[in-house]
Amino acid sequence: MSKQRIVIVGNGMVGHKFIDNVLNGESRDQYQLVTFSEEPRQAYDRVHLTEYFAGRSADDLLMAPVGYYEENGVEIHIDEKIVDIDLNAKEVISASGLRVAYDKLILATGSYPFVPPIPGHDKEHCLVYRTIEDLEAIKASAKDATSGVVVGGGLLGLEAAKALHDLEIQAHVVQFSDRLMDVQLDVGGGAMLKHKIEALGVQVHCSKNTINIADGENARYRMEFADGEVLETDMILFSAGIRPQDELAKKVGLELGPRGGITVNNQCQTSNEDIYAIGECALWNGQIFGLVAPGYQMAQVAHDHIVTTGETENVFTGADMSTKLKLMGVDVASIGDALGRTPGSHSYTYVDEPAEIYKRIVVSEDKSKLLGAVLVGEAEDYGTLLQYALNGIDLPEHPDSLILPSRDGAAPAGLGPDALPDTAQICSCYDVTKGDICCSVQNGAQTIGELKDATKAATGCGGCAALVTQVMNSELENLGVEVNTDICEHFPHTRQELFHIIKVEKIKTFYELLEKHGTGHGCDICKPTVGSILASVWNEHVMDSDIHPLQDTNDYYMANLQKDGTYSIVPRMAGGEVTPEKLIVLGQVAKDYNLYTKVTGGQRIDLFGARAEELPEIWRRLVDAGFETGHAYGKSLRTVKSCVGSTWCRYGVDDSAGLAVELENRYKGLRSPHKIKFGVSGCTRECAEAQGKDIGIIATESGWNLYVCGNGGMKPRHADLIASDLDKETLIQYIDRVLMFYVRTADRLQRTSVWFDNLEGGLDYLKSVVIDDKLDICGDLEADMQHVVDTYECEWKKAIDNPEKLKRFRHFVNSPEKDSNVVFVETRGQIRPATEEEKKIPVAEVV
Amino acid sequence: MSDNWIEICKLEDIVPDTGVCALVNEKQVALFRTRNDDLFAIDNLDPFSNANVLSRGIVGSLGEKLVVASPIYKQHFCLETGTCLEDDDVKLSVYKVKAEGNSVAIQA
Ligand code: SRM
Ligand SMILES: Cc1cc2nc3c(=O)[nH]c(=O)nc-3n(C[C@H](O)[C@H](O)[C@H](O)COP(=O)(O)OP(=O)(O)OC[C@H]3O[C@@H](n4cnc5c(N)ncnc54)[C@H](O)[C@@H]3O)c2cc1C
Ligand code: SF4
Ligand code: FES
Repeated sequence: MSKQRIVIVGNGMVGHKFIDNVLNGESRDQYQLVTFSEEPRQAYDRVHLTEYFAGRSADDLLMAPVGYYEENGVEIHIDEKIVDIDLNAKEVISASGLRVAYDKLILATGSYPFVPPIPGHDKEHCLVYRTIEDLEAIKASAKDATSGVVVGGGLLGLEAAKALHDLEIQAHVVQFSDRLMDVQLDVGGGAMLKHKIEALGVQVHCSKNTINIADGENARYRMEFADGEVLETDMILFSAGIRPQDELAKKVGLELGPRGGITVNNQCQTSNEDIYAIGECALWNGQIFGLVAPGYQMAQVAHDHIVTTGETENVFTGADMSTKLKLMGVDVASIGDALGRTPGSHSYTYVDEPAEIYKRIVVSEDKSKLLGAVLVGEAEDYGTLLQYALNGIDLPEHPDSLILPSRDGAAPAGLGPDALPDTAQICSCYDVTKGDICCSVQNGAQTIGELKDATKAATGCGGCAALVTQVMNSELENLGVEVNTDICEHFPHTRQELFHIIKVEKIKTFYELLEKHGTGHGCDICKPTVGSILASVWNEHVMDSDIHPLQDTNDYYMANLQKDGTYSIVPRMAGGEVTPEKLIVLGQVAKDYNLYTKVTGGQRIDLFGARAEELPEIWRRLVDAGFETGHAYGKSLRTVKSCVGSTWCRYGVDDSAGLAVELENRYKGLRSPHKIKFGVSGCTRECAEAQGKDIGIIATESGWNLYVCGNGGMKPRHADLIASDLDKETLIQYIDRVLMFYVRTADRLQRTSVWFDNLEGGLDYLKSVVIDDKLDICGDLEADMQHVVDTYECEWKKAIDNPEKLKRFRHFVNSPEKDSNVVFVETRGQIRPATEEEKKIPVAEVV
Repeated sequence: MSDNWIEICKLEDIVPDTGVCALVNEKQVALFRTRNDDLFAIDNLDPFSNANVLSRGIVGSLGEKLVVASPIYKQHFCLETGTCLEDDDVKLSVYKVKAEGNSVAIQA
């Protein structure tokens, strides 16, 4: 019986694999193999192409040694392109006119780099990155170059950037989308990768649309971007994606996909049953697979189909595009639905900034299956995660344990502070880590006081106290010690319980509460807490004398105490808007009282260095000019940050500034467990950084997107999208509910972010309460909020009209003198508190 | 210590459960009134921040001790002895205070 002839067009990685399969198969003797290669050499390892720059020779890269084909009876035509197929005669025709008949034809023609049709793309030093010849051209071009740009920040683009970097020229990556590797990585992963790559000396430019390549002034070329910016460079490498090489198939009328690619069935047959297509040229189920592994699977399927004359059960059913690679020494991996596109999916993210590790997993709606993952900086978990994803293994109860670092020996733990690695710094003032805290707890510390003594944690700025307490409690729980959640020694209750007691028993004063439910005299923990609850529930004036002793000095003086005993003044500027007239008043007041003036991070102006006794006079002038208190001192609404929005901005899709002003005016004065910040952006560019705020709002084409429980500060948290495309009425309704639910149930000094992270059931639960009204409390929540809104009064306005209240603003009860210990010196044209050293200089020499 | 009492203010000038600052012989004294109208006086200078602010702290109790919490870094000082609860080595001066009728006086 004569041998069947199989002709393989294209001797790339996949074409080679097919030949290898035949040669290694049982039926090799029944086939005669002929292959054509357009390239001037036999198949080489394209995946490791970049190593060519690092010194690997073209021969080192070959898939099989020179002579391998010939020795195994394979006829190979190098540098010989197939230009036509005679379907009737079943013959292929080469560029030099060679005709070879086939029984079965394999198209393994791969793909070619896509070069966007930017004017100037065909200039001499505009190159691509796919073959050894390309690399040689790059090498030659780089000789006299000092800089090079890679257009495209995908997997290949980064490889190319690495190559430029190795050639010791300044490498840039210009990426059209907003992040690197946008196909594989989510925003956080892309950001971490960018950070790491930039650290290696490659400059990354995201969201850049190149519109022209002109001649340069200081380099060969000047790239011009749609945003008006330019970048000069000596060479440009296009790595903007690949296109299937389907030219030949097209010519002879084989079925193609609408956007190219040779259509194949599960057996890898094209529309002509004797012609197969495998590798990057093949389109299966509407998809092109730009990785080598799926190509190899196709090579196996086509082989099995041919040798068993269609009896095989091996069919191509798609391929997993999960990848794990090292890009410029950085581990990057992506599995399955890494971007969380599956409807209803949830995700967990772990970021270790110091170690530059980013991990995220995407799980199914019921949290039982792993759908995808992104790993940047450390990809050790890749194997395990891939197993979960590929085999549909049931996830553990806390799926995030899969990406959290495990403590020495112990199994990785679940949510809350347990999620932090032992090395996480909890108190930055005294560099106390989670490990240090746990260690002290193991050595017997059981209260925050004992812990402070042992570690100094929370004894500096105190800002870490809440987190320290959480870590301590969780460690105590781990040790089986019952955790005391009482707010302090005076009340055997949590904040939430006190809230309920106050509301249900209609308690109006601290002392009534203390008598009925507490002991002792109260302290600096329970007094402000109860003061805040009373204000949230009854919204009475903070200067009322029953409330007065409960207030921290900031609330008490309605200003922020500074290190030298003076105060700062922050008038409200809703949405960051201020009229020129008001701005002039601020400037005049600051000048008259010699106050240090600074624009804050909250889009308003802070005046520092006012003495307690000056506060009423200053405020009288401010109130007369129409200012209100900004509550910078309160655990209350701080600012609603805004961008200019559609009124001015060419991209804005709605009036973000207007909404910000409206919201700030609605919620000003609301007292809460901790401060609350909003942000409103006019479009997804997000200039107001709304997703880092307790309440974030972003305008969309069809309404407003509402994000909740974001945080900047010590432990930043990206806000969660809770509802999309809302009209304003619904938006405000949801905000009312979320905020009041938070005010009712959070712990003292718990920001919405921490509250949310401790909320059992997470986002779904919050949605069910504030959107679906599962607890049937939304009516109450809205009514409570409306009460707060309706009873708002500017505390300063009220105070300056009350001489009794103003009496408290003297420094000395028995003398009009000033505090002589408050001394200022001048820096950069403004005052600042003198240091202790400076205070020793005679007064005449200081301001 | 002399027997010299200096009249400072009226009792009603101090809101119950809070403090005020008095100038006594060039020295700043923090003067506190509890809800039962007991009076206490200690230094106004917070030794941890070097700011004259203790009169503005929150008054309360820790265990059996009546205390004021510094408004700056929150250390507690015993109103009766002036001792810092967080650091035994730090001790503030205490002053004798009395109320005669409606008038509050400190011993200088
Ligand atoms: C003045 C200002 C800094 C500036 O010069 O820009 C400032 C100053 C203070 N911040 Fe802040 N923060 C200021 C914007 C911010 C921001 C930025 C923002 O709002 O967009 C943040 C991060 C965003 C966030 O809160 O999520 C911020 C995160 C903090 C934190 C950490 C909160 C956290 O959740 O981790 C604290 C500590 C705390 O509240 O416990 C803090 C505490 C403070 C205090 C109140 C500390 C204190 O008790 O003395 C500072 C004194 C204010 C004063 O007037 O004397 N400040 N602070 C800013 C006032 C904004 C305003 O107009 O009201
Ligand atoms: C720099 C680089 C890094 C990569 N890294 C990875 C990686 O880390 N992991 C991964 O999975 N994948 C990677 N890839 C992709 C991988 O190389 C491809 O998926 C794989 O090479 C596809 O094999 P193929 O045989 O289908 O196509 P190719 O390897 O492109 O082979 C096709 C061959 O056919 C020839 N040809 C085309 N038309 C004709 C014709 N008419 N006549 C004769 N010959 C013809 C072409 O010249 C070419 O030699 C990388 C690719 C590049 C360029
Ligand atoms: S967020 Fe959008 S609308 Fe607002 S300023 Fe930025 S670009 Fe303009
Ligand atoms: S005291 Fe811990 S961070 Fe400042």
